[in-house]
This record gives sequence, C-alpha cells and structure tokens, in this order.
Amino acid sequence: MSTEIKELKFTTFKTNIKYSVINKRVHNIDGLAKVTGRATYTFDVKLPNMLYGKILRSPHPHARIVNIDASKALAMPGVIAVATGKDTPGVKQGIWRRYPELCDEQILPLEKVRYIGEPVAAVAAVTEEIAEKALELIDVEYEVLPPVFQPLDAIRKDAPIIHEGVERNINVTRHIEWGDVDDAFAEAEKDGYIREDWFRTSSQHHMCMETRAAVSSFTPDGKLTVYCSTQSPYYMQALLAGVLDMREGDIRVIAHYVGGGFGGKFELDAAIFCSAVLSKKTFRPVKIVFTREEDFIASKRRTPMHYYIRTAMKKDGTFLAREVRVFTNGGAYTGMGATALYLTGFFCSFPYKWRGYRYDGYRVYTNTLPSTAMRGFGAPQAMFCSEQQIEWMCADLGLDPYEVRRKNAHTECYEVPGQAYIQSCGMTQCIDKIEAWAKSKGNLGPNRAIGVSAAGFMSGGIFNWFDTPYSFSSAVVVINYDGKVDLYVGCQEIGQGSNTTMAIICAETLGVKIEDINVYSGDTAHSPADLGAWGSRQTLMAGNAVKMAAEDAKRQLLEFAYAEMGLNIVYDLDIKDRWVHVIARPERGMKYEDLVKRAIRGKDGQRIIGRGYYTPHRKGMISPAYSYMMQAVDAEIDPETGKITLHEVMTAHDCGQPINPLGLIGQLEGAASMALGFGYLEDQPMDEGKILNPNLVDYKVIRATEMPKTDMIEIDTYEAEGPYGAKEAGEGLTNPTAAALGNAIFHALGFQMKELPITPEKIVNALKEKKEKQGK
Amino acid sequence: MEKRLITLNVNGIDYELYINPKTLLVEAIRDHIGLTGTKRGCDTVSCGACTVMIDDMSVKSCSILAVQAEGKKITTVEGLEKNGELSPIQKAFLDNGSYQCGFCTPGMLMSASAFLKENEGKDVTEEEIREGIEGNICRCTGYNSIVRAIESVVKGNYKEG
Repeated sequence: MSTEIKELKFTTFKTNIKYSVINKRVHNIDGLAKVTGRATYTFDVKLPNMLYGKILRSPHPHARIVNIDASKALAMPGVIAVATGKDTPGVKQGIWRRYPELCDEQILPLEKVRYIGEPVAAVAAVTEEIAEKALELIDVEYEVLPPVFQPLDAIRKDAPIIHEGVERNINVTRHIEWGDVDDAFAEAEKDGYIREDWFRTSSQHHMCMETRAAVSSFTPDGKLTVYCSTQSPYYMQALLAGVLDMREGDIRVIAHYVGGGFGGKFELDAAIFCSAVLSKKTFRPVKIVFTREEDFIASKRRTPMHYYIRTAMKKDGTFLAREVRVFTNGGAYTGMGATALYLTGFFCSFPYKWRGYRYDGYRVYTNTLPSTAMRGFGAPQAMFCSEQQIEWMCADLGLDPYEVRRKNAHTECYEVPGQAYIQSCGMTQCIDKIEAWAKSKGNLGPNRAIGVSAAGFMSGGIFNWFDTPYSFSSAVVVINYDGKVDLYVGCQEIGQGSNTTMAIICAETLGVKIEDINVYSGDTAHSPADLGAWGSRQTLMAGNAVKMAAEDAKRQLLEFAYAEMGLNIVYDLDIKDRWVHVIARPERGMKYEDLVKRAIRGKDGQRIIGRGYYTPHRKGMISPAYSYMMQAVDAEIDPETGKITLHEVMTAHDCGQPINPLGLIGQLEGAASMALGFGYLEDQPMDEGKILNPNLVDYKVIRATEMPKTDMIEIDTYEAEGPYGAKEAGEGLTNPTAAALGNAIFHALGFQMKELPITPEKIVNALKEKKEKQGK
Repeated sequence: MEKRLITLNVNGIDYELYINPKTLLVEAIRDHIGLTGTKRGCDTVSCGACTVMIDDMSVKSCSILAVQAEGKKITTVEGLEKNGELSPIQKAFLDNGSYQCGFCTPGMLMSASAFLKENEGKDVTEEEIREGIEGNICRCTGYNSIVRAIESVVKGNYKEG
C-alpha cells in the first residue's frame, strides 16, 4: 500500500503591511567598527600579565600515548606551565550531550591520538616564540598503531579499532523512511524508470579569516573569563563547565567580533580548552591563536561522503521513490558530524514529494581530521548527488527538467510524512522564474551552458541533543528614560548580520528607529542563553524571541498611552516611527519619547522591561520552517585545459519576508563564492592521513577575479512561524551551487561528474574518456 | 640578533621602536605600536588581511621587515578617517554592505584605497577593480559588494571629507 500524501490545511497568508524598518536598506549596525579597524576580535585581545600558549600536536594518525615528559620544556626560561591530559579532569566531551557514547573527544587525550595534528600538550610562556621553542623540548613516547583513513576501509572486519567498543568503526547510523518504498520501486520496474548512481563528495575547510583563537583568564576566586572566536558563547560556557568541572555561572564567555564561522566554530576547540587549562594552572591570562596551518590540520572540516542513490519515477516524470545510502568520513571524533549525517539524509529528499523514501546513513570513524558541520550542513552534498541524478534521468527519458521538478516540488501546507510540516513554500515560483531567465539567455554557444538545481533548507533545528534546559532563544528589551532601547540577545553575530537583523525586528515591533536600538550580544554575562549561530536558526528563533520581548515592552507602554489619551475602548493604538497614535486616526497621538517618560514615572521609576523566548513545538522532526530556491549557473569550459569560466549565478529565492535586504544580498553572494569553491576548487587531499595543502598557497579559494556576476529574484511568501513572515536566508544558498555547476557541465559537454571538486583535471580526463568511447 | 632603534611613520605619526631587525612590519604595527586594525590571516603572504599602504602603494605588511619601512609613509586602516570623518571608500563599504565578519576588511580597504589612488581620474573597468583586490581573500562576501563599493567611488559618488 502506498502512503497518501497528506495536504495539511494550514493557512498561509500574505500581508500588505507597510513596514518602517523591515526590508529597508540600512547600514549594518557593526559596520562603523568594522570599516575603521575598531572592531576588536579575539585575535586582538591583550590582557595585562598575559601569557602565550602553543600546542604540541601528534605526528601520528593513530598511536597510544605511552609517556609525556615535559621536564626539559618546563626548565626553559620563560616557560610558565605545560599542560597534558593529566592536568585536566579527563572528560570526554561532545556537543551531542544527550548521548554519552557520542561524547568521545578528550582534548589533550590521556590514552590515544587518533589523527595527525591532535593536541597532546600545551605550553604557556611569556612570549609566543618561547612557547613554540618549548614544544620541541617535550618528549612524547608513542606506540604507533595501524591507522585507517577511508570509511569503506574502516568498516571492514579486520580494520583497526579507533574507539574501543565501537564495532567496525561505525560511529552513528541514521535511518529515515516513509511510505512504501518497495511497492513504489516495484511499480517503476513494471512501467517506469529507475536509475542508480554512486557519488563522492570532498572535504572543504571553513577557512575562516580569523583562525581559532582564545584568551582565557582564570582568577583565584574560581572564575573564568574566556574571549574566543565562537558561533555560540552559550555552548562554550556549558561545554567548558563540563570539561573543567566548573559551574556554568562561574564561566563568562565573550565573543564580540568573530572573524567567520561557517559551522566550524560551535564545538569546543583546542584553543579555547588549552588556554583555559593553562590559565587555571597559572592564574594568568593565556592567549592561544592557531596558525593558518594548525587551523587547516586541526580544526574541523566539511564531511566527505560516499553517496548511493537509486531513484524511481514514472515515465512521465512523476517521482515514485528514492533509496539512499551514505557512508561519511567522520574522522576521529563525532562533534556535529552526527547532525550532518541526519540532515544529509533528510535533505536528499528535498524539495520533492516522494511516495516512498528510505535513507540509511553511516558515519564512520577514520584516523583523519574530524568532520563536522559546514554551511549547508550535509545538504550541499545531498543536492550535488540528487539534483544531478534528476537532471540525468530527465535527459535519459527526454523530459523537460523544469517541468519534472515543478511536477514533484513541495507546495505550501505539505507534510513530509512523519518528518516535516511545510507551511510557506515558493518552490514552484522559483522554478518558473529561473526557467524564464534561462530561456531568455538563448543559445550560449559551444562548451557553455546553464545548469540548474533546486534546493531548500531549514530555519533552525528542532532537535535538542545538546540537552539544553533553556529556551532555544531568548531576548530582553529594556526601554530607558530617553527612549533608547537596550536589546539583550544570546544569538551570535559572526558576520552574517544577526545584530542588525535583531535590531530591525526590535525597532519595527516597538515602532522606533533602528538607531534607537543598542544590541548587546556575544557575552554570557549579559546575554540570555541561546543556542547560537548555526543551522540557519537565528532569524526565525531569536527573531521570534526579540519580537515577543519587544511586544511585551510595547504592551506595557501602550497601557499608559490608553490611560493618558482617554480613548473609546474600541480604538486601537500603535507606535510607528516614534509616533504613538490611534490606528484609525494616525494624526491623533503623542510622541514616543513623551510616552516613555510618563510610563517610567508611572512605574515608580522602573525601566520598561520586555521578555521574549522561543522554543519550537509541534513542527515535526527537523525545523519550524523551510526556505526554497532554484539556482542557475552559467559556465563555460575550455575543452583543452578543462578550465571553468563562470559567467553568472542567478538565484530565485524564497526566504519568506526579507528583513535586511543588504544582508540578504551579502548572504547570497557569499554563499555562491563558498559553494562554487566546493564545486570546483576546494579539497583537502591527504597522504596517510596527512593533509597535503594546509596553507593558502595550495588550498585555493575563490578570489575576486574568479567570482561571477550574481543576481537574485526574491519570491514573495509569508511564513506563519517566522517573525514578520521571515525564514532562513544564507546557509541554504550554499546547497544548490555545486549541483548546478555539475549540470552546466553536463549540458555543455555531455558528461556526468560524480566526484567533487570538479577540477580541470577531472574534466580533461572525462573528455578523453568520452572521445575514446566515441572512437570505438 | 642585536635590537635596533628605528622610527616608523604610521598614519602621520612617528613611532620610535626598539626592535629585533627580523620583526615583520605587521608585528611592529600590531604588537609594538598597538594598532590592531591591521589583521593577519596566514603565514604565506596569501590572504591580504595585513595589507597597508606604503607611500600610496598597497603592501602586505607580513611580506616586509619593519626596518625596510623606515623613512616611508605607512598608512593603516586607522589612518583612513580624518577627525572622525570617514574616507570615501569607507563610506562606500558601509553603503554597499561590503563586509560581513569584517576580518579581511581593513586589508581590503587598504588595497582598495591604493587602487583608487593609483587610478585617480582614470576610467577603470570592473576587471581592473577585481585585479586590484585579487591579493585579498574574503571568505564572507563573495567580493561583488566590494567591487560595487570601489566602482561607486570611482564614479565620484563619494567626496573626500
């Protein structure tokens, strides 16, 4: 029996409200600090009496630590302390706190090292140079163990065991299933079309411009302050408390300016942990900054995946079922990789309706740099495979790929059976717009074509494997006597513009100007707990919390306005552009500043304080809302050299109500540059577990001269769950690009790229192969 | 190696430094003078985060020694504004949202400023602007908003001071 696709009866609606602040072009509120060099990053922090730390790293991919002798290093003048695993509570930590078996990483391990670059000891000295020299004086005796580097080797019975008790090195498995998959495949076997393909996606490094950095300061009263480059101060506070055996409230984490994150900075890293341990030993501030090489070899990376997809469709292009099997190279530890395993499996179904869908994912430990979250969080890998296969199936059957995508696309009020409730959805409109755009370009000439890919993404995760006892997002709004508003949020600004987005939402809700809002974020001492910047969660979750807090404060203000103005009870009041007024007669009113003064007098001098919070409920398994998009890449390939020239990237995008248009364009363009890099440039080749390109000479990222023109068509939708109808924008835009590039190459040259990145070498080889086949 | 007393002119001010002659200019600026606007993003002269202007030319300050910059006019991001008034390129960056995390921004601004100085009064193409900032990596913006900002200054949309 096949599962019927259930159309839910939600009401999605559009509003004709004219906003004062939302969707207006405003300067980023951190902009002035950033264009004048005033923004102070962890990299710039210098505290009195500060020491400098350096980390000794394992040269072996897999070895038992027999003994560490630091006596010579300690004897060196200028060296103040050395820390090894023995100086720590020895706690194995991880971000999946609900699952102790997935908390498997002990920074400064006591027993074993599991990848090249893993920290084994840390030195604090009066200068960085002395700390670096002291590393050479630490004797570590290793018993080298046999390593394994590839997931398909690591699952073999005779493979070395990386974590005791973990059979076949299988770290996490994930199964997602709905509908009757076998029944649908049987139907396709009779009278339909089935295709199966294997793909391999590569590693990608976050390559944040600011490398991992921390300054920790532990004082004799038992309190620890940590400046660090992180996407989630709250996570760092909670994780540090766990590994240092301290109370969360005794740890203050500060991250005012963060030089990029992209998914790489919300796990506890060695810069943060080792600086804290050394500071606890010395009672002095300790600063650790990773070199670029350390960042490449010993932070984390995008999860490389082996993908198998079998897809069944009717001959008219109606999708029937899909079966997906994925083995991911998890590297040495779990981290956020477990989430990537889940999300890649879910998003490989996106953005289409399937009668049956089955996914089995296996995350496999290897003796390599651990893999984790990176912008798109498993979805770019899924789309690279899925959207190319769909394109090939359409070509196999002679079907119009736009029509096939439209026919199967998610629509509003759709339930992904047992998984997700889709409310707003502009997928069809996105396809229409891109189709019209691509067709308007006409024939582009030889070796050049437009490739497209659809995609969607979540607006924050519903899951709570971190086991936080707090609301996912919280906000506090304080209105002062002069009408200025202090907004306290725990959502984290990492360059994506969340401070500005929250200020816009707060100003719109209160009816004031954006310059009336002071945002206080990035400091656990005053910011309420919030899970931080990952999974595209902040605009929706923190945005809802801010809206609620501002509404709470506004309600308190308006109580005084009603009393003051003596209106008939049927009249409603509102505030817009600092003018408190009767909605039906906007000229009747009073100044916001005057109302604030009276309200505070009326409250016996108390400032007006509004509180808001958000935790998703009853929204399925994945996310409260989903963005949709289709992207087109116009690419030209030199058939001699395989060199790709990118002419244009065009995106039709449904992010609900845009909040900050300048930020949105920035997210689109930034995502395109990072995702194009994933498509044809970036990789971390290894030899016996050693990364061969740990520097910016050999690790190529897109530069200004390679970046194509980018443009965007916004699709007008309203998301009922989001603040003012908004949903995610920015991370999801990383998802379609590599697939669209692959499809452009398919249409330009006629062959199928199943491995990332699509380098000139691979293109030349594929061309050679094609010629040989034609010759035969 | 014996330390040396040198004088560096940064943003119009002479700083006397007693330093190891092997000290890089970026170290002198950040660690000795204490101007932390200038960043470092690599150890291989690849990323451009440490770009400053020396006599109106853009130079990666990790690629030269402090002693080599003696007697020259060094400008860092802190030297772009005059009495609280932003320079045209800083204003254009604000208007175009040409930064996100902001870590590459000081270096990017200095490359852009040097490019603008070099091409003052000339017609420049978009390709030339892109080449002007090719040495600077930005991981956040995808560069196009930066190119738009430089273009708008070239077009004369922003006036000095």
